[in-house]
Amino acid sequence: MNEKKEPLLRAENIHISFGGLKALNDVSLEIYPGEIMAIIGPNGAGKTTMLNIINGFYKQDEGRIIFEGKKRSKKMKPNRIAAQGIARTFQNLALFRGMSALGNIMMGRTMKMHANIFSQALYWRFSQKEEIEHRKAVEHIIDFLQIQNIRRTPASTLPYGLQKRVELGRALAAEPKLLLLDEPMAGMNLEEKEDIARYVLDANEELGYTIALIEHDMGVVMDICDRIVVLDFGNKIAEGTPEEIKSNQKVIKAYLGEAEN
Amino acid sequence: MTFFFEVLVTGLMVGIMYSLVALGFVLIFKASEVFNMAQGAMSLFAGLALVGFLDQYLQLPLWLALLCTVAVMTIWAYAIVFIVLKPLVARPPLMLFMATFGVAYLMEGIGQSIYGTQAKGLNLGIPDTPIVIGGIFMSTFDLFFTGVAAILVIGLVWFFQKTRTGRALRAVSDDHEAALSVGIPLLKAWTITWIVAGVVATVAGVAWGTRLGVQFSLTYIALKSLPVLIIGGLDSIPGAIIAGLIVGAGENLGEVFIGPYVGGGIQTFFPYLLALIVLYFRPYGLFGKEIIERV
Repeated sequence: MNEKKEPLLRAENIHISFGGLKALNDVSLEIYPGEIMAIIGPNGAGKTTMLNIINGFYKQDEGRIIFEGKKRSKKMKPNRIAAQGIARTFQNLALFRGMSALGNIMMGRTMKMHANIFSQALYWRFSQKEEIEHRKAVEHIIDFLQIQNIRRTPASTLPYGLQKRVELGRALAAEPKLLLLDEPMAGMNLEEKEDIARYVLDANEELGYTIALIEHDMGVVMDICDRIVVLDFGNKIAEGTPEEIKSNQKVIKAYLGEAEN
Repeated sequence: MTFFFEVLVTGLMVGIMYSLVALGFVLIFKASEVFNMAQGAMSLFAGLALVGFLDQYLQLPLWLALLCTVAVMTIWAYAIVFIVLKPLVARPPLMLFMATFGVAYLMEGIGQSIYGTQAKGLNLGIPDTPIVIGGIFMSTFDLFFTGVAAILVIGLVWFFQKTRTGRALRAVSDDHEAALSVGIPLLKAWTITWIVAGVVATVAGVAWGTRLGVQFSLTYIALKSLPVLIIGGLDSIPGAIIAGLIVGAGENLGEVFIGPYVGGGIQTFFPYLLALIVLYFRPYGLFGKEIIERV
C-alpha cells in the first residue's frame, strides 16, 4: 500500500479497560482508502474490541478516532457513525431474524434512504418511488452475492454460511466508506470460506470498498489482505504486509508460545 | 346450543378487550425487552384524559378529545423514554421492570390529582341494546369495539409490515446492535414504540371505560392480561390477540358450564389456570419465540 496516502481512518493511542482488564493498551492503527486490512491475534487479543470502538459500540477511555481527517466526538452514537459511512458485520450473526434475506439487506439501506426513516408517513408517494430505487440497488447486491434463490427465505431458517452472506450483503447495501468484517469466515468449511474470500476480494477490487477485517484463518488473511495489524493481550505487536508478518518473530511467539528456557 | 354460542361469543368479545391490553405489553416488550407494568395505568390515564377533555374540564367534540388524549399519551411516551428508560439503558431487565412499576404509580397519582378519584361514566353514544345475529344475542357495544380492535390490529400489522418506520422498529426488536449498525437510532425507535403502545392503551382505556366506567380498578385489567401474555407468548402480536380470545372465551364458558359444579367464581382464576397449563407445555407461550441457548 501507498503509505503516503491520507488514511481513511486513524485510531490513535486507544486505551480501554473493562473493570480491571486492559482490553486495549495504547493501540494505534490506520486504515487506508482502497485497502483490505486485517486485524489478527490470538483469542482475547482485543480485535473485536477494536472494531467496536471504530463503529462506536464502545467508547475508548483514552485516545482518539479520526475519520476522514476529522476527529470524532466521543459522544457520537453508533447510528450516527453508521450514517457517516461505517458498516459492519458481527462475529456472532446479528441478522434481523424476523425478516427475509431481502428484508435484511433492505435494512442495510436505512442510511441511504433520502426520506427520514421516521417521516415516511408524510411522504408516501415520494418514498414509494425511492423504495423502488433502493430495491434495484439491493438486487445488484443479491446478484453479486449469488443469493437470488433465497431472497424470500426468512433469515432465521437459512443455513449458517448463507446467513453470513446475507449479513455481508446488509453491510454492503449501506455502500459504506469503510466496511468492518468481524470474522466473516468463522465456522465455515473450506468451500464456504473460499466463496466469502472471493466476495470480499471482489467487493474490494470491483466495487472499490475499503475493508478492515478480523480473521483467524491465516491462509485466507495472507492471501487477500494488503496489510496486517497483529494484536496480543491488548497490545499491538506488529504491523506490515503479509510477508513481513509471516517472518516476524514476535508474531510467531504470540501464536506458538515460547520454549521455556 | 344457541346458549353455548351466546356464552362463547360474549366471552370472545371480552377477550378482545384483554387482547388490547396485552397488545400494548407485547409491542413494548418486543421493541425494548421491557416488561411494562404501566400498560394498565396507561389505559387508565388515557380514559381519564378523555373524560377530562370530553366533559370534566372541557367540552370538546369526541374526535378532538380523542386527538388530545393521543397527544397526552405521546407526551407520556417521551417522558418515559427520556426520563426513565434512557438513564437505565443496558441495565438488567429487572431494573427496567421495576422502573415501569414506578411509572404506573406515578401515572395513577397524577391521574388522581388532576381528575379526582371518582369513577366516571364515559358515553360515546353507542347504544347498548342487544341485536340478534343468527339467533344469537349480541351487545352492539361489544360488536363496535370488536370492530375497532380489528381495525387497530390490521392497522398495526400494516404499519409493521409495510411502512419503513414499522420495519425499523421490527429491526430494533430483532437485534439492537445490528439495528444501530445500520443506522437506526434506538431512542427514537423506542419513543415511537411507546407512542404506539400509548395509542393502543387509549383504545383499550376507552373500550373498558365505556364498559365499566373510568375508574382506578382499570389498572387491574393489566393483571388479567398477564395470563393472556403467558398463553400467547410475550413477543407475539398474533399471540396476544388469540390468547386474549382464548382467555375471554375460556373464562366465560368455564364460569357458565363448570362453575355451577364448584360453586362458581371460576372466572377470576380460570385464566391463570390456563396459563399454568400452557407454561407446563410451552414455557415461551403458544406463539412466542422459542429461545434456544447454545451451551
